[in-house]
Amino acid sequence: MSNIVLDAKVPEGPLEEKWSNARFDLKLVNPANKRKYEILIIGSGLAGASAAATLGELGYNVTMITYHDSPRRAHSIAAQGGINAAKNYHNDGDSIFRLFYDTIKGGDYRSREANVYRLAEVSNEIIDQTAAQGVPYGREYGGLLDNRSFGGAQVSRTFYSRGATGQQLLLGAYQAMARQIELGKVKLYNRMEMLDVVVHEGRAVGVVARDLITGEIRSFSGHAVVLATGGYANAYYLSTMAMMCNGTAVWRAHKHGALFANPSFTQIHPTAIPASEEFQSKLTLMSESLRNDGRIWVPKDKNETRSPDQIPEAERDYFLERRYPAFGNLVPRDVASRAAKVMFDEGYGVGPLKNGVYLDFAEAIGRLGKDVIEQRYGNLFEMYERITDENPYKVPMRIYPAPHYTMGGLWVDYHLMTTIPGLYAIGEANFSDHGGNRLGASALMQGLADGYFVLPNTIGDYLSDQLGTDPIPTDHAAFKTGEKAVKDQIDELIAINGTRSPDYFHRELGKVMIAEVGMARNEDGLKRAISEIRRLRDEFHKDVKVTGSNESFNQTLEKAGRVADFLELAELMAIDALNRRESCGGHFREESRTPEGEALRDDENYAYVAAWEFNGVGEEPTLHKEQLVFENVELAQRSYK
Amino acid sequence: MDVTLKVWRQDGPEAPGRFETYEATDISDHMSFLEMCDIVNEKLVERGIEPFSIDSDCREGICGMCGIMINGHPHGDQLGTATCQLHMRKFSDGDEIVLEPWKATGFPVIRDLVVDRSSFDRIIEAGGYITVPTGSAPDANMVPVPKAVADVAFDAAACIGCGACVAACPNSAAQLFTSAKLAQLNMVPQGQPERYDRVVAMVDTMEEFFGSCTNHGECEAACPKSITIDFIAMMNKDYIKAKFKNRRLLGQKA
Repeated sequence: MSNIVLDAKVPEGPLEEKWSNARFDLKLVNPANKRKYEILIIGSGLAGASAAATLGELGYNVTMITYHDSPRRAHSIAAQGGINAAKNYHNDGDSIFRLFYDTIKGGDYRSREANVYRLAEVSNEIIDQTAAQGVPYGREYGGLLDNRSFGGAQVSRTFYSRGATGQQLLLGAYQAMARQIELGKVKLYNRMEMLDVVVHEGRAVGVVARDLITGEIRSFSGHAVVLATGGYANAYYLSTMAMMCNGTAVWRAHKHGALFANPSFTQIHPTAIPASEEFQSKLTLMSESLRNDGRIWVPKDKNETRSPDQIPEAERDYFLERRYPAFGNLVPRDVASRAAKVMFDEGYGVGPLKNGVYLDFAEAIGRLGKDVIEQRYGNLFEMYERITDENPYKVPMRIYPAPHYTMGGLWVDYHLMTTIPGLYAIGEANFSDHGGNRLGASALMQGLADGYFVLPNTIGDYLSDQLGTDPIPTDHAAFKTGEKAVKDQIDELIAINGTRSPDYFHRELGKVMIAEVGMARNEDGLKRAISEIRRLRDEFHKDVKVTGSNESFNQTLEKAGRVADFLELAELMAIDALNRRESCGGHFREESRTPEGEALRDDENYAYVAAWEFNGVGEEPTLHKEQLVFENVELAQRSYK
Repeated sequence: MDVTLKVWRQDGPEAPGRFETYEATDISDHMSFLEMCDIVNEKLVERGIEPFSIDSDCREGICGMCGIMINGHPHGDQLGTATCQLHMRKFSDGDEIVLEPWKATGFPVIRDLVVDRSSFDRIIEAGGYITVPTGSAPDANMVPVPKAVADVAFDAAACIGCGACVAACPNSAAQLFTSAKLAQLNMVPQGQPERYDRVVAMVDTMEEFFGSCTNHGECEAACPKSITIDFIAMMNKDYIKAKFKNRRLLGQKA
C-alpha cells in the first residue's frame, strides 16, 4: 500500500475557471443510463440527504442507510447560527473571492485553494436552492433575506433561520429526499448502522450493516459508496455533538486503506455552556451569532465575589476587545477559545468551578431594547435558562469552550473521492475545505455544497467507466468475508463480559483527550496521551461489559462498538498532533508561538496535508504528504488585531 | 436526591410488557432527566442487567429523537420542553417517576421506551416538500416573502417530529404534526403551486396510520415547541378547499 501517490486532481486553469473546466472535462453518464447505477449513501445529514435527493433527481438509484429512526434526526439539525454565502446582498464589499479568502485565512492556510474557491462559488446557489424549498430564512420587512455577521469576517454574509438554521436546512434536504423516496429513486433503510466497507479488487463495492432492531448483519452492494457520516468530536466524550455521533464509518474505511487527513484538526468552540459535574453527558452550544451582540469579559480581580451585574465597567476586562481591537468579539473560534483558556489558566475564570467567562448582553439590551434581543436570540436564551436556571436577560451568560467540529477526516481529491476508488466522503466526514479551523456558518455551507452541487457533478466521472457492469451480488465471497468480520467483532465484545460499561471507557478516553489533545498540546503531553490511550484500549478489550445479545435492539452493544473505534482513532489524533510541530488553526502546539503568545505557523515545514495510512492497530501509521500550493493568496501570519 | 423509577419494559413489539422498579440515588439538581437515566442504566450494565432502552440523541431539544411519557405526560409536565431538556431540579427527593413509551397504534413499540415513528416519514414522503430539483431555483431574492409570513412559517417549521402530539391525543391523532408541516409550506409563496395536492396527499396518508382529531387540544399543551392548533384549522380549511379547487385555474389570483 505504501506506493500511494496522492493526486488531488485539481483542474487546470485559473482559480475562478477550475470548477467550470472540471465540469466540462469530467466524463458524464447520459440521462438514460443513470438508472443503471446503484449508489449507497451512509448518513442522512445535510451532505447525505442533499446528495441522495440530487442523485435521485438525476435518475440514479440511491440507497440511504441511517442509524437514526428517521433521516431528520441527523446532527446537522442542531446547527444554530447560520450559513454563509457570497451574495453581497448587504452591499458591504463581499464577493466570491472574499469568501474564499476569509475561509482560507480562517483555516490558517491549511486547505486546498481549488476546493475552497469552489465552495465559495456554489455558496450562492445553495441559498437560492434552499429558499426555493421554503426554508424559513430570517427576512427584512420588505420580504428580502436578512444577514448577520459571524466570526472571522468583516462583512454580513450569514443567512439564518432564527437560532435553528441547521434544523431548517436539514428538513429542506430531508424533504427533497422524501420526494425521491416516494418516487422510488431513493430507498431508505433506517435504524441500520453501517459497520464496514467492502472493497473488492481495489474498489469500494458495498457495505456491511447491522439492523439495529433485529441484529441482522446484512450487505448492501452498489457501484459507488458515499460516506456522509459526520465528524468524530465525540472522541472527547464531552462535546457539542449528539450522543450517537461517532467515527466508526470513517475509521473502518480507514482500516481498509482510505487515508485519514489531519486527524488532529479539531475545533473547540468558544461559546458552550460550562460543564457542571462528572455525570454530564454532553455540552450545549450557544451559537456564535451571540457574539454579534454579546461582549465577552472576566473580572479584573481574580477573587471577585460580586454578582456580575454589580461589577463596574472599570473593573472588567473585555479581553477579546483588548487583544483584538479590529475583530473584537468576532475573532475566529480558535482564537476566542484560546484567549478564554489563557484567562482560566491565569485564574480569572468565573462560576462555581471557575471554568467560564461572561458573555454579556446588557449593553446590547440597552442599545436595542429587550424585544430586539429576544427576537434575534430568544430560543437560545430560553435554552440557556432551562439548563442553568439563570436568566441571561438579567445576568450575563457563562460560557466555556467545547469540542464542536472536526476539520480532519478522510482524505479526498477534488472529486471528493477517497484513496479507495469508488468510495467518496462528503460533508464533515472529509477533510477538504476548512484547513486548521472552520469559520462559523461554514459547516452548513460545505455539507450542502458537497451534497447538492459537487458530488452529483463529479461522481459520474467514476461511474461512466462502469457502464454495463452489475453491482457484485451480496452473496459474493467479498461480502461474506465482511459480514463474518463484523459478526466476529460483535461476538468478541459480548464475550469479554467484564465489569465496566462502555460509557466508563468513553469518559476516561475523553479526559485524556481534552487534557492532552485539546486546546493546547505539547510533545510530552501527546506522548503521554498515546500511551494512556493504548492502556485504556487494552483495558477495554479485557474489561468491558456488554449486556444482552446481538439478536435484539441493544444500545449497549451499539455503544461498545463505537467506543472501540474511538479508542483507535484517538491514538491517530494524538500521533498527528505530535507530528505537526507548528501551531495552526485549532491545533496549538505550545512549542510554537510568537513572543506575544499567539499561534505561530511554520509554512516552510508544515504547509501540507498530513494523510495517514493504517498499518494495524497499535502500529505506527505511514505519513503521506499532500503539499499545499498557494497561488492566489499570500501566506501571512493570521492577525485579527 | 433519591427518586424511584417505574419503567415500562417490553422485549419486543409482540412481547408482553411489565413495569420494573429501579432506584436512582444521589441525583444532583443540575442533572438532566436523561443523565439520571444514564446513571441508572450504567449501574444496571455493571450488575449484568440489560438496561432499559430509551431513545435520545442531540440532548438539546432539536432532533426530536427523545420522547417518553413521564408520569403520564408526554415529555413530562413542564410546558414547551422535550424530555432531554427536563432537569432534575423539577423533581423532589423521594418522588416516584413513571416512565412509559408513547402509546399509539401508529407508533409500535420496538423495545422498552423506544417506538417506531416511521409513519411520520411516510406523511412527509406523501407531499411534505416543495418540488424544486437541485439547480433549478431562481435567485433567492426574486421571491420576497413578507416578514409576517416568514415568521409564522418558522413557527410552524419549528416542529421536531417527536410524536408527543400523538401520544397526548386521546384519539392518537397526528393532526398537529401534519398541519405544522403543511402550514409552513402552504403559507409561503414558493409552496403555492402544490398547495392543494399537498394537503390532500398528506392528510390521506396521515389517516392510514392515526386516529381522527376531535379538537381536544391536548397536543398543543404537550408540544415541546408550543406549536399552535391554529395550524390544524388552516389544514382543515385547505383540505376542504382542495376538494373543490380547479387545479387548472391556480395561476389566477382569487
